[in-house]
Amino acid sequence: MQLKSAMNGTTLVIRVAEDRIDAAGAIQFKERMRDLIQLASQRVILDLGQVHFLDSSGLGAVVAVMKLLAPDRKLELAGLTPTVAKVFRLTRMDSVFTIHPALAEGLRNAG
Amino acid sequence: MRADDLADTAPAEARFRLTADALSVCDGLRQAFSAEPLLSLSAEDRGTAEIVLAEVLNNVVEHAYAAGGGPILLALSLGEGLLQCRVEDEGAPMPGGALPAGRPGDPAALPEGGFGWHLIRLLCQGLRYERAGGRNLLSFSLPAERSRGRAGDCPRS
Repeated sequence: MQLKSAMNGTTLVIRVAEDRIDAAGAIQFKERMRDLIQLASQRVILDLGQVHFLDSSGLGAVVAVMKLLAPDRKLELAGLTPTVAKVFRLTRMDSVFTIHPALAEGLRNAG
Repeated sequence: MRADDLADTAPAEARFRLTADALSVCDGLRQAFSAEPLLSLSAEDRGTAEIVLAEVLNNVVEHAYAAGGGPILLALSLGEGLLQCRVEDEGAPMPGGALPAGRPGDPAALPEGGFGWHLIRLLCQGLRYERAGGRNLLSFSLPAERSRGRAGDCPRS
């Protein structure tokens, strides 16, 4: 599971450099995220622009990361591709994440 | 199976044989999506099919074959604007002989599971489960509009 992280000002940006987060990679995703979010930041944005597919296991892992960040930080999402957006919408989990159309908007707007 | 007998009346059925582990399911899905009938579906219907088939197959791996691996058959055919899907396995039967209701908790409570059957039930039509001859047989249909362009083409900007 390739995750690339970088600080942009006080925002930690983590880009998923994979085309899917599914049952085969969900646990690894969660473990890698757990390490990366150790870095202090005001905000955390997960850039999903490259991910074309996310299943229920992947969704569960993204939710788990949101919980790891609580209570001081939240997980913001950016760049949801159509099928990924559909999974968030149908499960109504789009209501609990701040979702930016793309990373650039995410960096401009505080979540 | 005497497929020839059915050729005149039923649309051709594409069959994919998978083994029950997460990586094989992922590979099997990749294969299925690079072949007909999935290849020529519209981008939206391909997305819907990918969500449902991934959830169904992973459920087989994680639950029916929880005690050990085995074969999974995925059969797909296209007809009358619908993609007919059939998934068969030789694993444990559904608890209580029925499909789970699939009700995830309140989103605000940040549930980490229970999404799978919820997604399947929202996206499928005619979902049917049967246990026969030591096999689980799941059948359902999905929306299937044919794409005008070639599947996999990227939009030009």
